[in-house]
Amino acid sequence: MKKYAYFPGCSLEKMALSYHKSSLETTRVLGVELEELEDWNCCGATTYFHLDEILANTLVARNLAIAEKQGLDFVAPCSACYKNAYFTNTYMKEDADLAEHINYALEADDLQLSGDLNVHHLIDVFANEVGPEEIKKKVTNPLKELRIAPYYGCQIVRPRKNGENVEDPQFFEELIRAMGANPIDFAYKTRCCGGSLLLTNRPAALDMIRHLLQNAQNSGADVIATACPLCQVNLEAYQTQVNEEFGTDFSTPVLYFTQLMGLALGIAPKKLGIGSELVSTLPVLSQFLKKEAR
Amino acid sequence: MADKPTFSQEISNLMYAAHGSPLNECIQCGTCSGSCPAVEFMDQTPRRLIGMINADLKEDVIDTNTYWVCASCYQCTVRCPSRIDIAGAMYAVKRYSMWNKTYADDLVGPVFSETFMKTIARSGRSYEPILAPTYIFGFGAKEFFQEVQGATKMMLKGRIPVLPPRIKRLKNFQNMIKRIIPMGDEE
Repeated sequence: MKKYAYFPGCSLEKMALSYHKSSLETTRVLGVELEELEDWNCCGATTYFHLDEILANTLVARNLAIAEKQGLDFVAPCSACYKNAYFTNTYMKEDADLAEHINYALEADDLQLSGDLNVHHLIDVFANEVGPEEIKKKVTNPLKELRIAPYYGCQIVRPRKNGENVEDPQFFEELIRAMGANPIDFAYKTRCCGGSLLLTNRPAALDMIRHLLQNAQNSGADVIATACPLCQVNLEAYQTQVNEEFGTDFSTPVLYFTQLMGLALGIAPKKLGIGSELVSTLPVLSQFLKKEAR
Repeated sequence: MADKPTFSQEISNLMYAAHGSPLNECIQCGTCSGSCPAVEFMDQTPRRLIGMINADLKEDVIDTNTYWVCASCYQCTVRCPSRIDIAGAMYAVKRYSMWNKTYADDLVGPVFSETFMKTIARSGRSYEPILAPTYIFGFGAKEFFQEVQGATKMMLKGRIPVLPPRIKRLKNFQNMIKRIIPMGDEE
């Protein structure tokens, strides 16, 4: 069984609890173990980096060092957490001066980081570590004819990490096919949801959300699948406000890819946190919500 | 005596961990501005901002809202033919303006970042209800009402935390921060 140090991040403690639950349930069925990082701290999202670069990297490094101590590779379900962890890990490995400086600070918590561990986004564990073929074998409740918009968002694919396709990635589509569903051709799949602009510049964020919802609707999406708590909240919880602002009538459910995957794997909807949405999923999901499930 | 660094050098220096970025290699092609999903909300486009930094127009750069409107989506960064980390440069200008307290008064971004950081230093984790006052009072009546309505719906679905979370080894964590940035003890 593959085992990872799992860094849930602050959002998954409450706001995105359904992402946390569905991540644990789906990985369990797929034979992957997520061991929660012991006493992790907030990764800083984008805001530490507004203040001080070295401090921001130090706070991220603490979590990585805890994973290193546990002897496991690091996995984060949130795109911002993942991006921060990935780059701090890379800088630590490449820059001896920076590593010395940060390790001096980490000593205050009896930790050290070499940067030798691998950092994954949770979706990468499904797409590349387990793989669509293995997933397909375990699907008992294929999401037939469900049209899913694969919403990558920004920071899974950007900045470029390891020569990946940043303009037209395909791994999310493959996972959706493995669920037995149809990935729609979603032109805005890597366009930004506005991130924390929702709090700091609302007109800009609502406009960005509107563009995404419009493109998903025009492309015939029944549901949008996300792999980031901030994307999920922006696209789902602010639909009412977008509708008020622009006179639109969006009511597109937005679920974590792990929730849809969980349904396909025959996991009971309740265990996947389905039911805590603000935009009802019943109109599109009712036929897949089976109670007698694993 | 060494020459005082220019503004564009200071901005590059603020991207130390990321190993700088060749701002002066900008060819002014505008791919960044054309790729930016928030450009219409900026008073100067990213292309112009890079040009202004390279021309050392410090005050004019700091006065724009451009770097605070950047959502850090890195679309510009991955497309730049001169391999400039443009989103990274936006962070550097943010840091410059935060340290020098030179940003425009009506911006929510800097205050939000500062409160966020203080919350982390105090508890090790983020907690939405403490952060809300940094932006919500800047809203108009309609937005304020919408936000409260939204938060209430989230609360009813059990998606807002009641108590602030806190890490266990908080003292060590705070000592770690002090090894990077010396700061006074908080009560």
